[in-house]
Amino acid sequence: MTGGTGPGGADGWGRLEAALRGRRRAGGKCLVPYLTGGLGDDWLETICAVAAAGADAIEIGVPFSDPVMDGTTIQEANDRALSEGATPQSILAAVSGAAADIGVPTAVMTYVNIAHHMGYERFASSLAAVGVSGCVLPDLPLEELGEWAGCADAAGVETVLLAAPTAPDERLPRICARSRGFVYGVGLMGITGVREELAAGATRTAARLKAVTDRPVLVGVGVSTPAQAAEVCEVADGAVVGSAIVTRMLEGAGPEGVAALVAEFRAALDAAHS
Amino acid sequence: MGEPSVTATGGFMAEPEMAPPGQFMGEPSADGRFGEFGGMFVPETLVPACQELDRAFRSAWGDPGFRGELDRLLRDYAGRPSPMTECPNLSEELGVRILLKREDLNHTGSHKINNVLGQALLAQRMGKTSLVAETGAGQHGVATATAAALFGMDCVVHMGTVDIARQELNVFRMRLLGAEVRAAETGSRTLKDAVNEALRHWVAAADTTHYCLGSVMGPHPYPWMVREFQRVVGEEARRQCAEVLGGGVPEVVTAAVGGGSNAAGIFAGFANTSAELVGVEPAGGAAIGRAVPGIVHGSRSYLMQDEWGQVLEAESISAGLDYPGVGPEHSHLAATGRATYEQVTDAEVIEAFSLLSRTEGIICALECAHALAWVSRARADLAGRTVLLNLSGRGDKDVDQMMGILG
Repeated sequence: MTGGTGPGGADGWGRLEAALRGRRRAGGKCLVPYLTGGLGDDWLETICAVAAAGADAIEIGVPFSDPVMDGTTIQEANDRALSEGATPQSILAAVSGAAADIGVPTAVMTYVNIAHHMGYERFASSLAAVGVSGCVLPDLPLEELGEWAGCADAAGVETVLLAAPTAPDERLPRICARSRGFVYGVGLMGITGVREELAAGATRTAARLKAVTDRPVLVGVGVSTPAQAAEVCEVADGAVVGSAIVTRMLEGAGPEGVAALVAEFRAALDAAHS
Repeated sequence: MGEPSVTATGGFMAEPEMAPPGQFMGEPSADGRFGEFGGMFVPETLVPACQELDRAFRSAWGDPGFRGELDRLLRDYAGRPSPMTECPNLSEELGVRILLKREDLNHTGSHKINNVLGQALLAQRMGKTSLVAETGAGQHGVATATAAALFGMDCVVHMGTVDIARQELNVFRMRLLGAEVRAAETGSRTLKDAVNEALRHWVAAADTTHYCLGSVMGPHPYPWMVREFQRVVGEEARRQCAEVLGGGVPEVVTAAVGGGSNAAGIFAGFANTSAELVGVEPAGGAAIGRAVPGIVHGSRSYLMQDEWGQVLEAESISAGLDYPGVGPEHSHLAATGRATYEQVTDAEVIEAFSLLSRTEGIICALECAHALAWVSRARADLAGRTVLLNLSGRGDKDVDQMMGILG
């Protein structure tokens, strides 16, 4: 399926991509917070509160034992959620029951072994069955994508691909063409985690991607503050914010505390780009 | 291909689907696979680095200048060729003729130096100024720190805190050699987690840093490249066996398997002969014994995992084999039936460690004591046959730990 035939959304895009394109068309910038599924008793309420606080879509982390793309914050969140008994099934079941309350499209972010172990076809259809729109598998690069992408396409799940600052020019259009939902520009050469400043390469990567695709370009990894999100969105169509939000979850801020932070991100993006 | 199954005794059986000789342990497919195993499952940020390494290795491996320089280093610095030792006392005790390939006599005390010198020379050729590595028992970390000192490169070694505690001597060695040892404090705090940390390190530093991976695992081209750098073990042993056995090959070639680099090295010399190949895993880290494929650390291979695909923690007396996965080519050798993989318990390993010390005056590493433990257990079946065993490392590093166990 080449973009345009995805089920569910306006104009034939998948639901995730339709929502992000809609925000962009209205002149706004997209905000996609990442939250670790299964972290604490109130993670699902937190997701609903974050959606209400102005998220355009939400990335839900399904914890994996060996998250090589993640820094200490999300590692800790993973470990804690796993020790509290979180499984792919428990997270998807919870999301299924709360789809109406969440109200915005969701994408699952996990590592390929979780999907591989369940079986790509079964994992993709499980996501579709509970109303999850997209999926991010950071250790599944373009070269290894085929088998999963076939299953995801068939199930109507939008597979979001990452694009790295070091990708050669010829590679970016291929990533953009195969990505669904949005293109996830990696803000820096490194792992997830809160940084003092936005890496210089973040906006450059966004610009390189914008030059070759019409698909929404969101930048994540190292986007830690509302000001940094606004800065990268001078070029990008939006930002993915993970560790800053998960830090709040780990601190026990609860749904209201986490949503308050998301509202700050929303306000910064709206103020800078309205 | 049929589902591989594990026999009651822990032996591996597969639907035989033997390829003819000549097809094993050659170059992987263009997408980095050995049969259905291998690949390059890394974050997009690491794809350019893996592709650069693939190009650099192909170019270097085909360059007589590079090969000559590596051969010189292996001879003059590492002390190759390593000898092959007949073991009359042990052979008499077990009723099996045993030949030991003495990788324990290499500089730094194990086979790890073969791979590390190759990778350091390659890193230098690629213009990298730093090495990052993971280590379990510390042998690969020591070897990497050694090569970094020799080549004048910076070196960071990631090591789980559990392993740091049980391999103090190697930690001190690495520091003495000028390397920085960083404690991996996540997950099981052993080799698996040290690999995670090394990958995270590499993502952020790939422009200046080469990831000197210690085994035949990880994303393509590592499983292939590391096996080629270890092939020297098998090729030397093949020649040495031919001298001792009147031009023949041993009936069985065996080696311990964690990630599987020493086994891959010695198997490579015999893959296309009549020799049976037997890898020996720790019972608590039997990725092949369980035969469930998974994807972690860059490749698809057999992997110990729970019902949801979470990677399990291996548990072995030997820090070097304390790894829940295995190199993808071993999974392929197992799935095709070209090699078989056996599992031994810690208790059997301790007995074998003592046996070799007592009979032959060789204190070996706990890793290769696994291979001897299997020979000892299978001695009735092996009676009268000739077994080549890769003695991959010396046991100095394990003496402290064994003192606590044996008293």
